[in-house]
Amino acid sequence: MRNSFAALALFAACVAASCGSSAKQNAAAITGGDPDRGAHHIARYGCGSCHAIPGISGAHGLVGPPLAGIGRRLYVGGSLPNEPANLEHWVRDPHSVNEKTVMPNLGVTARDATDIAAYLYSLK
Amino acid sequence: MRCTTLAILTASALSAQQSAVDAAGSYAAAIRSLGTFFLILLGLIFLIVIALALIPLTRRHRGIEQEPLEQTHQPSHGTETRLGTMVGIATAVTILILFGLVVASVSVGKSIAGPSTHANSIAVEITGNQWWWYVRYANLDPSRIVVTANELHIPVGRPVMIRGSSNDVIHSFWVPNLQGKRDLIPSRITTLWLQADRPGRYRGQCAEFCGLQHAHMALWVVAEPAVQFESWMTHQIEPSVAPSSPDEQRGKEVFLNSGCVLCHAIQGTPANGQVGPDLTHFASRMTLAAGTLPNNKGNLSGWIADPQTIKPGTKMATVPVKSEDMQPLIDYLESLR
Repeated sequence: MRNSFAALALFAACVAASCGSSAKQNAAAITGGDPDRGAHHIARYGCGSCHAIPGISGAHGLVGPPLAGIGRRLYVGGSLPNEPANLEHWVRDPHSVNEKTVMPNLGVTARDATDIAAYLYSLK
Repeated sequence: MRCTTLAILTASALSAQQSAVDAAGSYAAAIRSLGTFFLILLGLIFLIVIALALIPLTRRHRGIEQEPLEQTHQPSHGTETRLGTMVGIATAVTILILFGLVVASVSVGKSIAGPSTHANSIAVEITGNQWWWYVRYANLDPSRIVVTANELHIPVGRPVMIRGSSNDVIHSFWVPNLQGKRDLIPSRITTLWLQADRPGRYRGQCAEFCGLQHAHMALWVVAEPAVQFESWMTHQIEPSVAPSSPDEQRGKEVFLNSGCVLCHAIQGTPANGQVGPDLTHFASRMTLAAGTLPNNKGNLSGWIADPQTIKPGTKMATVPVKSEDMQPLIDYLESLR
């Protein structure tokens, strides 16, 4: 009985672990970016002072929407269909999508935006 | 991998440079030596006491039936005298050691109290506020007075006299790499001498509980060679730079037409609030909100939009900024090098 519990726990742990890494692999495959580098850029640009972002230290902001599960949403920036190119476009130049948005243009480079999108799509 | 290294480097650049055992100046080195001396001497005494206590435990008992010593024997006169002498010697040695420690403490206290000559020194006023540091470089020529916040630049190799006070409650100024603590007390001036013997960035923080955001009351000391220090000083004396684009000009107007000016000053503009940090050269500083966040546009926009989430209880008011005004505002503030 105890053995079967242990086996179950081990199985669950393996599934969780493989899910974690496969989410990153999927996100990297969809965007062509590197999720780990994306996490670094998110911290560097200071996204967390406005957004709550799982996995980023100190990212508990309430100004903008929380970004957990952003990959399951249908629109980004309130109007763009949620796909990698649009997410990157929104991250780089939000005012070209909505001139009244409070989200600032932080001078994110194309390469960094791809990595950031990769990280965001890896979030559950 | 490279990214991880980069992240670690960035993190360590901002967090690992606050250590009392990594002395960057002669005062901190004296304190560290005293600490090491105490540690070794008292450690040795501890080991000796434990060893002496273990000796009787390891001795074989002569027999378990034997009754306790004090009930069966009156100690002989010789034993009594010997015990008395040993207790006397131990007491004398203890007093001598304690006296030695007092002498060592007092002499280190004297050596860190300040330099023998005040020649070549500079003076800086530091005033504690809930929860940030007001920094003012005194000068006989009023046009050369520099006011900044949460960042103290000092020249390497020169003694710096800190004249500390407080605007509200008791704070304590502590930069462990450079010196011990000094309380900042309302309506009173306390002094402290700093000296950095090698260039670097050293983190300091309030060391006296001062309210809700005590933990977010940090400051950075930037010790730099004389030439860099002088050029920093020359730049800080200047009024703020003029906006260089229509967007920055718009940001300046947003700033001047909002509640920001009630608390903040920007030299060279009509903004002359004296409640919060001076923002004349805001973008030249490493952090915002007294070391709470790295200073960049992303963090600045979050800080302006919702300071209470980032630093609950902060005296920074939530000033309503129209959403379309945020970009020009942060562009202007981050242009104030």
